[in-house]
This record gives sequence, C-alpha cells and structure tokens, in this order.
Amino acid sequence: MKKFFYSQKIAPYVFILPFAVTFLLFWIGPIANGALLSFQDVLKDQWVGFKNYQRLLTDKIFLKAVWNSLKYMFGTLVLLIPFPMLFASLLNSKLMKKPGFFKSIYFLPALTSVVVAGTIFRLMFGELESSLANRVISLFGLAPVKWLKGAGTGYFALLVLACWRWTGVNILYFLAGLQSIPKELYESAAIDGAGKWKLFTKISFPLVKPTTVYVLTISIYAGLSMFLESYMLWRGNNSPNNIGLTIVGYLYRQGIEKRAMGYACAVGLVLLAVVMIINLIQLKVTGTFDKEAK
Amino acid sequence: MKKKVLAVLLSVTMTAAMLAGCGSKTASNETGADASKETAEESSGGTGTAGTTEMEVEGDDVTTLNVWTFIELHQQFYTDMAEKWNAENPDKKVKLVLSNMQYDDMHNKLSLALESGEGAPDIVDIELGKFPAFITGTIGLRDLSDVIAPYKDNVVQSRLDIYSKDGKVYGLPTHVGATVAFYNTEQLEAADVNYEDIKTWDDFKEAGVKYYEATGKYFAAVETSAQWMVNLMLAQKGGDYIDESGNLAVNSDAMVDVLTYIKEMQDTGAFATVPGGQPDNDEAYGVYNSGDYAVQIMPFWQTSRFVNYMTDLDGKVAIAPTPVWDTTDGEYASIGGGGTGTAIVASGPNADLAAEVMAYIKLSETANEQVWNVLGFDPVNTSVWSDTALTENPDNQYVKFFKNPPFDALNQIKDNIGSLGALNDERWPSINNEFCNVTLNNIYENGMDVKEALDESQANLENEFQ
Repeated sequence: MKKFFYSQKIAPYVFILPFAVTFLLFWIGPIANGALLSFQDVLKDQWVGFKNYQRLLTDKIFLKAVWNSLKYMFGTLVLLIPFPMLFASLLNSKLMKKPGFFKSIYFLPALTSVVVAGTIFRLMFGELESSLANRVISLFGLAPVKWLKGAGTGYFALLVLACWRWTGVNILYFLAGLQSIPKELYESAAIDGAGKWKLFTKISFPLVKPTTVYVLTISIYAGLSMFLESYMLWRGNNSPNNIGLTIVGYLYRQGIEKRAMGYACAVGLVLLAVVMIINLIQLKVTGTFDKEAK
Repeated sequence: MKKKVLAVLLSVTMTAAMLAGCGSKTASNETGADASKETAEESSGGTGTAGTTEMEVEGDDVTTLNVWTFIELHQQFYTDMAEKWNAENPDKKVKLVLSNMQYDDMHNKLSLALESGEGAPDIVDIELGKFPAFITGTIGLRDLSDVIAPYKDNVVQSRLDIYSKDGKVYGLPTHVGATVAFYNTEQLEAADVNYEDIKTWDDFKEAGVKYYEATGKYFAAVETSAQWMVNLMLAQKGGDYIDESGNLAVNSDAMVDVLTYIKEMQDTGAFATVPGGQPDNDEAYGVYNSGDYAVQIMPFWQTSRFVNYMTDLDGKVAIAPTPVWDTTDGEYASIGGGGTGTAIVASGPNADLAAEVMAYIKLSETANEQVWNVLGFDPVNTSVWSDTALTENPDNQYVKFFKNPPFDALNQIKDNIGSLGALNDERWPSINNEFCNVTLNNIYENGMDVKEALDESQANLENEFQ
C-alpha cells in the first residue's frame, strides 16, 4: 500500500485523476451522448442516420444563424482586442493618474448580469421616439430608427452591448500581460532613443502576444457561442427576420422550443466543429503549437 | 512641465472614454425607471413578469395544486373560482399555488419538465399557438373528456376541438375569442368617419384614408408579430395555411391576395406597423392609449387589455363586427382568435382531482359568468351571451368602459364564427413562428414582394417538416 502511494510512476496519475474524471464525466460523456443523439429522432425514438445533418445543409435559417454568429464574432474581435490593448497601455503608463479608479470603472459592467443589462439595452434601443438611442440621434437631426427590427442596427446594438460589457475584462487581461514585461527593457530602449510609439510596437506588443493569443482564443469561442445577449435584447429567442439568431439560439429553438433534440444535437456538433477548426487555424497561425514542439 | 501636460492629457482621454461609458449608464438609470414602471404595470395583470401567488385555505385536508400561467390576469380568476369550489366541496378542498412566467419561458420549461418527467406542475395554461407541440409524440397531458362531460352541452364545440387529438380533449378552453373591431369613436367622429358604415374591407380601407387625410394619424395597425387580422381575412376568403390534402400551402393564392390587400392598405399611408408589431403588447398599448392609432381588429378578449392598460380610452371605444370581403356571400363574420387551453399533467399525483377542479373552474356556469365579469372575455358557454342581466350589468367595469354594450356585436355574429384548420395542426407552432418573425416582417418592414416572401417561408417550413 505504502509502495503504491509513494511510487513515482503512479503519483502523477493520482494527481490528474480529479481532472480526468470530471473531464470524462462532464465533457466527453455529454459530447459522445450528443453525437449519438444527433443520429436520432428523439421524440419518436428512432435512428435516422444522417438525416439531421442533411437537413442542416439545406436549412437556410441555420445558415443564417451561422452567419450571424460569425459576423458577431468578427465584430467583437475587431473591437474588443485593439481598444482594450490601447486602454491597458494607457492605464499602464506611469503618467496615468489614479489607474485603480479607472480600472474599477471599466470593469464594473462585467459585474452586472447580462439579463439586467440586456433588458436595459432593449429599452434604450426601443423603437419609440422617446427611447434613448432615438433621442441621441435626434440631436443630430436624424429620424427615429426601429433599432431592433433592422439587421444592421440590431447588429450595432449587439456590438454596443458586447463592448460595454467586455472592454473592462479584456483591459485586465492585457494589463496583466503588460505588467509582466520587465521595466529594464523599456529603460534600455529609451536610452537608445526609442520613442513612445516605438516602445509600444517593438516591446509591449510582441511581449504581450501570449495574452493576445489567449484573448483571441476565448473571444472566438465567446463570439460563436453567444446566446444570452441576443436572448435578452429581443426578449426571447425570436427576433424579426431572425436577425438576432445565433447558432446556440438555433440549438435552443430546435431542442427546447420545438423539442427536436436530435436535430439540436446535430447543430451543437456543427458548432463544436466550427469553433475547433477556427481555433486550430488561429493557434497554428499565431505559432502556439510551434513552441510546444520545441 | 511637458510631462505634466501629457499626464493631464492622458487623464482627460481616460475620463472622456469613461464618460462615454458612464453616459450610457446614467441613461440606463433613466430608462430603468421606465422599466420598473412597465414591470409594475405588467404585474398588475400583464403578460410578462414572474410571480407566485399562494391561496390561503383553512382546514387540514387540503390538497395543494401547482398552477403555471403566462397571463397574470388569469391568477385572480382561478383563485376566485377555487374559493367557490372549496365552499361547495368542503371534503375536496384545494389550495392553488400559482406561478406566472413569461410566455416563451413557461412553455419551454413545461416542455423540458414533461420530457424529463420531473418538475412539472399539476395544472398548466398552454397557449393555443403552442398547444399542438404538447399533443404530439408521447403525450404527457391527461385526457379530460370525463371531466368535461357534465358541462359539454353548454360549450362551443369548436373551442374543444382546437385542444383535441384522436377524440381526446387535452385542454379546457377559456373563451371563444371572437374577432371583433374596436373603434375609437371620439377620434373617428372628429374626422367625420362613422364606424357603423364600415361593412366591407374596401369600406375599411376607404375610411382609413379619409381619417388619415383629416387627422394625419394612423387608422389601424399592420401586424408583423401576430396574425389576428391576417387569419380573419384568410378564413373569410376560404383560405388556410394547409391545403385540403394536408400539405403545407402558406403561399396559396388566397394568402397572397390577403397579404397583398394589407400591403395596399399600408401603401395608402393610413395603415402602419405598430411598435411591438401587434395591438396586444406593452409598447402598443401606449400608442393606442395616446390615440396614435384609432382602430384594432382583435379577438374579443382585448377588452381586458383596454380596461387595464388603455385607460385613457374610457368611454370612447365602440365594439362592432369586423368588416367582410363581401356582405352577400355568407362568409365568416369572425373567427376565434388565440386561446388558452388549461391542461392537467397526467403524471401529477393529484391529476384526477386537479382535472375535476379545473373543469369546474373553467366550464361551470358560474365560471362562464365569472369569465365575463372578471376577465371580460366572451365565455365558451354562449347562453351567457344573451343573459342581459350579466352582459349589460351597469356595474360591470367592461360595460362601463365601452361606448356600446360589448355583447351587441357578439350576438350579431354568434352563428357565424369560423376557424382555421391549421390552428390545431402539429405544424402550426412552426408556421406561426415563421409568420410572426420572418414573413410579415419581410413584407411590411423590409418591403419584400408578397409572393417572394411567402415562397421563401414555404421553402423554410418545408425544409423543417421534411
């Protein structure tokens, strides 16, 4: 017994056991089960082969949902990586007064519940003349807009909500990355005559890359799996002309609202495949795998 | 010195960026106040907020029954009736615990609860548009034929049919929901429009144009998130969403005609889409209440929304039969619109008692009188319709609110209330969903060609049903 516990060969497996068990039980298990269900019609309890997948290919609403999710992901990447990085650099600057105060202010939205924020954003983007967004644009002499009924304006509202909520979180990630860069590098570069912009592009940016890759990875996943924001903004899973429908929204609609569990599982597996492919490409391009190989 | 300037500049940038964020925050507080007002209004009997009400019942031998609703106004009615039941049946007392949830949430939760066999209530209100989904596959609801039997003779059969499958009835109807027209007479008179002269849809359109030219305000709404008027016009034309051989036909000629006609109405400028997409909606109550729109084509139960949410219209609104296409061809004068089928979960420990109690609560004669008195609906027991002591009772809040006796219109159309076959087809929830989100929006918000939009929806739905 004692031999068993003191064995150097066995110890590592004991240490990873908790993770392995939860991973198998709560990740691999459900995914395997979902894969099986995706070949069934659950309500009728029948095996249907590839029928669910065939239907997916011709399902315009599903394609629209995929397109919406990709569009949202792309928008959040464009807005939620450069700007937080810039703000983080500003906050990290020695010249910044009271950085703690700004940090907490920017982080505040992340602490509010999406349910509350989504509801409030829905009211802000209401189509009545008295809604906030319409009052703001009326200052510029523009006519009221039915924000949540048009594809472009609905997308805009979703991005505003995403930026409001996630800018602060990403700032914190980048700030942590920036603060781990040794000060000496900046000092010696400054002595060599590098300007502020040079310092940022030649030192901060390359050295904060691991953080950027991490933020990019989670942003791709978060963008593609977005659901709650759209659900709250349109008060439910149904938006005019499906402008707010995401892949997860479609999974929810088929699985929960229409009780087509098998079809919903097929949707879920496609989402898994899409996220995996995009993330693998991105990790490959950013060179994350190369380091491991070395 | 230079550094100090830079520092100040930096701080200013950060503050400005932060204010941009803060700007939305102060604003959210402002709208937040509106929001809480809205919720307060809703909780006074709307369609939205969650809330649990527990009946207080004295005695030891009391059975507790959980009830799920999605319209809070129903809760009061159920508890009132349950108290009457307890008084009449001291040996079978019940205590209702009612939870009100948002429409989609409640139906989704129920679906999950029935699927997993856990967490379902004893009694649940299921909306007509969702009902077919719960009577396909393995049915988790109790057949109610036995408890309906004592009341059957008094009840409009078509309202039981919509909740039936293979000869078994799974839902207890609340009302007939006959579609009628609500005219804001004060505003129409100002434009010299007499609602009593409106007999056909052509008259309706003409009156709209006249009204719009005189006042600059909209006459009636073009629906995008419901089909009250669309279904009525379609049924009057003899059309449906499903053809005689049972195939999906949402792009039928009759449907094209109806939607094109409404499109022409919209093109006059007198008819327009309404905030929220249909008259039964928080945002829409406001615009009707302020007189931005003058007319609603809605099921009779809209009376309760008028009395509760459009209070400024007190004494101004008259109820009349809806227009028809042709007054001479005997087409339907109205159709039953919407509906809530109260169902009993078959696996509940007290399913039999729950069924018996709910049949009493919804179908007994007292219940039908109360449906009118409390809820302002048109009860399924039509003998109540001609009981003028009830329908013209001067103390009744609905009689007080409307300009003419509400049942006058109903009694005129009583024998000619139709329905659409598609309403209790298992494909209806999906069709309904497609129309309320895609088709009608494409046509009336995005200006898509009617036939093109319908062909697209036909294809979407065919793909789903394959």
